[in-house]
Amino acid sequence: MEILFFSLFNGILYGLLLFMLSAGLTLIFGMMGVLNFAHASFFMLGAYFAYQISQFIGFWPALVIAPLVVGVAGALVERYGLRQVHKYGHVAELLFTFGIAFVIEELVQMVWGKAPVPYEIPQSMKFTALTWQGMNYSAYRVFMVLISVGIFAALYLFLKRTRVGLIIQAALSYPDVVGSLGHNVPRIFMLVFGFGTALAGIAGVLGGNVLGTEPAMALQLGTIVFVVIVVGGLGSLGGALIASIFIGLLTNMAVSFDIPFRGFFEALGVSPEAMGTGKDLIDMTSSGISPILPYLLLVLMLIFRPRGLFGQRDV
Amino acid sequence: MLRVENLHAYYGKSHILQGVSLFIGEGEIVSLLGRNGVGRSTTITAIMGQVAHTGSIVFRGEDIGGLEAHQIAQRGIGYVPENRNIFPTLTTRQNLLLGEKKPGQTGRWSMADLFELFPLLRERADFPGGVLSGGEQQLLAICRTLMGDPDLIMIDEPTEGLAPQLVEQVGRLLQEIADRGVSILLVEQKLTIALKISKRVYVMGHGKIVWDGTPQELRADPQIRREWLEV
Ligand SMILES: Nc1ncnc2c1ncn2[C@@H]1O[C@H](COP(=O)(O)OP(=O)(O)O)[C@@H](O)[C@H]1O
Ligand SMILES: [Mg+2]
Repeated sequence: MEILFFSLFNGILYGLLLFMLSAGLTLIFGMMGVLNFAHASFFMLGAYFAYQISQFIGFWPALVIAPLVVGVAGALVERYGLRQVHKYGHVAELLFTFGIAFVIEELVQMVWGKAPVPYEIPQSMKFTALTWQGMNYSAYRVFMVLISVGIFAALYLFLKRTRVGLIIQAALSYPDVVGSLGHNVPRIFMLVFGFGTALAGIAGVLGGNVLGTEPAMALQLGTIVFVVIVVGGLGSLGGALIASIFIGLLTNMAVSFDIPFRGFFEALGVSPEAMGTGKDLIDMTSSGISPILPYLLLVLMLIFRPRGLFGQRDV
Repeated sequence: MLRVENLHAYYGKSHILQGVSLFIGEGEIVSLLGRNGVGRSTTITAIMGQVAHTGSIVFRGEDIGGLEAHQIAQRGIGYVPENRNIFPTLTTRQNLLLGEKKPGQTGRWSMADLFELFPLLRERADFPGGVLSGGEQQLLAICRTLMGDPDLIMIDEPTEGLAPQLVEQVGRLLQEIADRGVSILLVEQKLTIALKISKRVYVMGHGKIVWDGTPQELRADPQIRREWLEV
């Protein structure tokens, strides 16, 4: 029972981080039709910037400054890169974001090296915030949950209640019409891009010291974030939220409960001997396949519901 | 007010507009008629800066040919697209609010005004745009553009697919728009409303203007109607 709560908590935490990344990605896709391959690279930049800034002035200023820098970098990439490439179509845009992802990875390696950097949880947060059902929940993790939930509440209110939020919602369905009503759509794109990359930056600051800050982190999480927005439905924030939490829970539960497959195969009446070379599969447990579960989900989704949970259009 | 000269536009390799020229005076109601596929929608989307084109588009003495849609709208041209494109997740009221170029701007039209004219929309004020009927969406689309207080409004086939009673309401709205001194460029296929309210008429065929004149002249010319309009 303790394990259930503990892995529920961690699953939700991981899911919230995923959502912070996928929210920006899915908004950008919904508005501009751009699948930003470099999105997770901004997440990585957030982590590295936070590491560097905390070396100088500590974690708390980094929590504010790093996402701002990342957001500005994102806005500049949109304004002076993507916007110019836009007239050559979506394939050009996709290739461009691919290029940006590689450039960022190379830059990170040049500045900080190939090895992980020691980006640590702040000392002041290294205590047990609460003990529940015999398990300890660290202050930093509780803080991560609170701050993510806070950000989403703010994001939700912003989109539902403010004029700019309404314009963004409108541009998700008909950007041309929004433009012909006199709203500066390119500028809104730039803001959304900057804002989305800033969210990825926050995820980097918060997650970098838990998940590890290294040059491979962008690709690692980036692919899972793509799974999230495909499963949730491209362009759908609600879908991304549900898919994020679901994938977070799924991967965490698979590890925590470590269900052996043997029982499953035996229930099917397949004996280990009959499997021949597939015998190894029977001896595996769910934690062994946990890393590929999101992709399994992706494949199933593409086969049975290509538009995702809440998508308006097929992938 | 608006003068378009020698407008050319392409979709890929096909030459859609082949030198369209037309003129709209201050406060004038002008219709652009023609069969499906002749390039009427392309003409007004090109004017709105949403289709690449060559030729000259001058609005109140300014060449707006190179501007972006939002800049053109800010100059005072309103556009109601043919498929209405109501923002489905926003309510009727929110759709109208987004028509304002600046929040709370005051011009010829206010939301209260428009609700007064069309109680139907007031009843639907807090419904998401996506659940409105085709006719309600059409009225809303026009009203949304009016909220931006344009001096010229270009409306693409507002009566297409509407029940007669709603066609009549759209006609009433167009008359009201004209009464408040707004110029109208009306794209239509059917002649019913167009001939009733227009001062001048252009007939378009295969990417060119093939005839222009007054509604009376068009009524008196069955041959033009047969060749370019009747289906
Ligand atoms: N997005 C598009 N891509 C390619 N061809 C198009 C597109 N839109 C319209 N066309 C073609 O351009 C021509 C003119 O279309 P349109 O301006 O919509 O005509 P109308 O509004 O008079 O019915 C048609 O032959 C149509 O098939
Ligand atoms: Mg048309």
